[in-house]
Amino acid sequence: MAILSKEDAKTILQKVVALSKSDGLEASLNGNDGGNIRYARNSVSTAGEDSNVSLAVQSYYGKKSGSATINEFDDASLEKVVRRSEELAQLAPENPEFMEPLGQQQYEETKTFFDSTANITPDYRAQAAANSINPATKKDITAAGYLEDNRGFSAMMNTKGLFAYGKSTRVNFTVTMRTNDGTGSGWVIRDYNDVSKLDTAEASNIAIEKALQSRNAKGIEPGKYTVILEPAAVGDLVGLMLFSMNARQADEGRSFLAKKGGGTKLGEKIVDERINIYTDPSHPEVPALGWAGNGLPRKKLDLIRNGVVSNMIYDRYWASQKNVAPVPFPGNAIIDGGTASIEDMIKDTKKGILVTRFWYIRSVDPQTLLYTGLTRDGTFYIENGKVRYPIKNFRFNESPVIMLNNLETLGKQTRVAGGGGPGGGGSLYLPAMKIRDFTFSSLSDAV
Amino acid sequence: MKRRDFIQMAGLGAGALVLPVQTFGHEIDVQRLLDPFMDAAQKKVLADVALNTARGLGATYTDVRIGRYLNQFVTTREKKVQNILNTESYGVGIRVIANGTWGFAASNSVTPDGIRKTTERAVAIAKANSKFQKEPVQLAPTPSYGEVSWKTPIVKNGFAVPVKEKVDLLLNANAKALEKGASFVNSIIFLVNEQKYFASSEGSYIDQDIHRTWPNFNVSVIDRASGQFKSRSAFSAPVGMGYEYLDGKTEDKIPSPGGITLYKNSYDIVEDATMAAEQAKQMIAAKSVEPGKYDLVLEPSHLWLTIHESVGHPTELDRVLGYEANYAGTSFLTLDKWKSGNFQFGSKAVNFMADKTQPGSLGAVGYDDEGVKCKSWELIKDGVLVNYQAIRDQVKIIDQKESHGCCYAQSWSDVQFQRMANVSLLPGKEPLTPDQMIAGVEKGIYIVKDGSFSIDQQRYNFQFGGVLFFEIKDGKIAGMLKDVAYQANTQEFWNSCAQVCDASDYRLNGAFNDGKGQPPQSNAVSHGSATARFNGINVINTARNI
Repeated sequence: MAILSKEDAKTILQKVVALSKSDGLEASLNGNDGGNIRYARNSVSTAGEDSNVSLAVQSYYGKKSGSATINEFDDASLEKVVRRSEELAQLAPENPEFMEPLGQQQYEETKTFFDSTANITPDYRAQAAANSINPATKKDITAAGYLEDNRGFSAMMNTKGLFAYGKSTRVNFTVTMRTNDGTGSGWVIRDYNDVSKLDTAEASNIAIEKALQSRNAKGIEPGKYTVILEPAAVGDLVGLMLFSMNARQADEGRSFLAKKGGGTKLGEKIVDERINIYTDPSHPEVPALGWAGNGLPRKKLDLIRNGVVSNMIYDRYWASQKNVAPVPFPGNAIIDGGTASIEDMIKDTKKGILVTRFWYIRSVDPQTLLYTGLTRDGTFYIENGKVRYPIKNFRFNESPVIMLNNLETLGKQTRVAGGGGPGGGGSLYLPAMKIRDFTFSSLSDAV
Repeated sequence: MKRRDFIQMAGLGAGALVLPVQTFGHEIDVQRLLDPFMDAAQKKVLADVALNTARGLGATYTDVRIGRYLNQFVTTREKKVQNILNTESYGVGIRVIANGTWGFAASNSVTPDGIRKTTERAVAIAKANSKFQKEPVQLAPTPSYGEVSWKTPIVKNGFAVPVKEKVDLLLNANAKALEKGASFVNSIIFLVNEQKYFASSEGSYIDQDIHRTWPNFNVSVIDRASGQFKSRSAFSAPVGMGYEYLDGKTEDKIPSPGGITLYKNSYDIVEDATMAAEQAKQMIAAKSVEPGKYDLVLEPSHLWLTIHESVGHPTELDRVLGYEANYAGTSFLTLDKWKSGNFQFGSKAVNFMADKTQPGSLGAVGYDDEGVKCKSWELIKDGVLVNYQAIRDQVKIIDQKESHGCCYAQSWSDVQFQRMANVSLLPGKEPLTPDQMIAGVEKGIYIVKDGSFSIDQQRYNFQFGGVLFFEIKDGKIAGMLKDVAYQANTQEFWNSCAQVCDASDYRLNGAFNDGKGQPPQSNAVSHGSATARFNGINVINTARNI
């Protein structure tokens, strides 16, 4: 039941729209089937499946709106949810920021759904976990991992003629491998729409190698270092910058994009000119639905081009206030890469640090986008073009804006999940980066 | 809240029109929040369907949680009501042990047939996973309590208070802040009611009605000329109380160092918003801190978060054992340190209790989500690690015979697991006020309210910010500072704890959204303390230019 076809979703939504007696309504129908398996101490700890489908209806009178939700789709239930939303709309206070629904839109068709992922079974998940645990046990290592898969659809329709439908699949796998002496730890992430690209044994072996190589780390002095950030680490920090590119906050003066004396940094160069960041729902590595939750079409759009802020995110209300076109929140982000492999970047480094990932990143100052966090699961010292030895984890205090100004080299691109894990927002396709003067402020004993 | 729900709330989820609703359940109208629900006798009949079905399928243990979870959010911004949202989530979660292995399934079909099918799924999952199980689950014994009930001792049910009264209160607070020069104000009242029915194959049938309340705001001041902005969050605490928390009684207002007012058992949001605007302006004009070593005087609305991260989490046994290794991390408080009986976690002034009963706290319930009667217990005694936080299937590992009663699931649809109890620093035994404490500090910083926070995956190295920072010079407050964060190693930090104020300064703070597990689950938890002094802590300056 949870995955309705375009036709079935349209039929239900058309019935809902026809029931409207208010100034108008917008309805969205969403369904999701998900499954997961979690393991720790080389044994499965929990596994589960969930399934839900729901219809949300928002009716409005002038600038008063009300919403109601239901998970039954017979005619009587549809009538009930529409009437309920209308009653609530009449009781609601006026919202001066309410925007009438959009009219008909054109959307890009994107390939976000893969049968391979939609057909995952509990046996597949159990085997995927076994393929990760087995190589660990052979090397005196303890595996803890998590695999989550989802298949879902989203559809919306309103009384102004808009109809949108999309379905997508996603699988996300992470595993942490720890040596049984407690001194080494490695981690890996895989994130795909198409599960046929996932090989948990291959991924697990990378994490096992990292764990073995990171044993008995040495402490070195904190300070400013050249770093080679693997793509997951880049995504951890740059993803946060992308989430902060809201136009309203910039216009209101409470954003890193607000300018001293007033105005915003739109059109200004804020990072190295080799940095190009854009969104493109049709990108084959990180496909996203061709429309955002508010019905706005998603298109290929530059956020940063040649280091210059090209676009900020405008919701429809704020766009109307500023007389600009609304810009929906991106469904993905791509950062242009280069040709250098991580090995190439290491060869080219006299003294530096290789970072697998960051952890527990929190905002310190939203004005400068200063974040603090720590390295985790594989941090290595590089000297004269070679990885010399594992080092203890560092705490950093750094801003992605400063970091992208200190760019040395762009590496090859790969896909990571935004937010570093399942459900962490849209996926990112981005390169490893070599950055100079990255600020590490203290040492951690954590493995 | 699950992370993906957060993302949906932030507008990032595809096709989510009414964004927050799916996070917390279905939207309902306000009257329904007060509807009487199914009585305990009806729930018992349904629960018995699961217990009997599971037994018939070979399960050796079963628990059933029939849950109705209600939330209300009233959100405003400056002079506008942004949203009034009432949500309900209702369903049943069934957990079994079959072939010595856990299985769990949940459904919103709370009918005999729906419960039967869900039970079958739970047993099937347990049997499928038993292929990978290394040793069978062993539960510590817990008494059969029969049919019992427990309620949060609220005075005023927040759900019965008219929405208009809440809207007027928030808009009044916003107006006061704007009058005093705030550029922007966001404010919210967030109410929670968990109506939970637990039944187990061991003969307990437990009906609980739990309330939580959280008023909060963020007052921002923008200085366009300098390009600076600062935000001052509310000095409220999320509480395990009813709407009486918003009474703002005079006796609960605490005049504090730096000329500020803090709050104890009730909260005056209008007064606090007024002060917040004034203080946000002072925060912009404050002196940037000189980095170096300082003696820190940490006030309870700040210290709770340091306790949460550096004491609460590392004493969770599931982390110690590695169950959270792939997500939240493990713990530096390994079993050998506990076994030694002399691991000096902190100074002799440092005593921590874990607790699930303290009135007004977020963690207080009668029984946990696996039917264990709640209690309090020592974690750190005179600075030494003496115990962990553990549940029924874990305590055997630490040679104990009784669960600590800290098992929790965020909803009927999530599986219960070990979650943090309230973990609180006991007040000092000698009479000592914050003013007296500050009088003894030569070079220090008095920090109020939690801010930025980050800690490593084994809980050694942390960095905390705050909201208000006052410089202490020669025993006196010498003005406000900004750009302050402190870094320390957990064990060194707690061993530097020189003094804790007396019980008259003790108060609770906490959070609704402590996250753990995959898929992630939220847990509401309080942490109490009195103001405490830490000597020679490393303070960094966080100002940057971009």
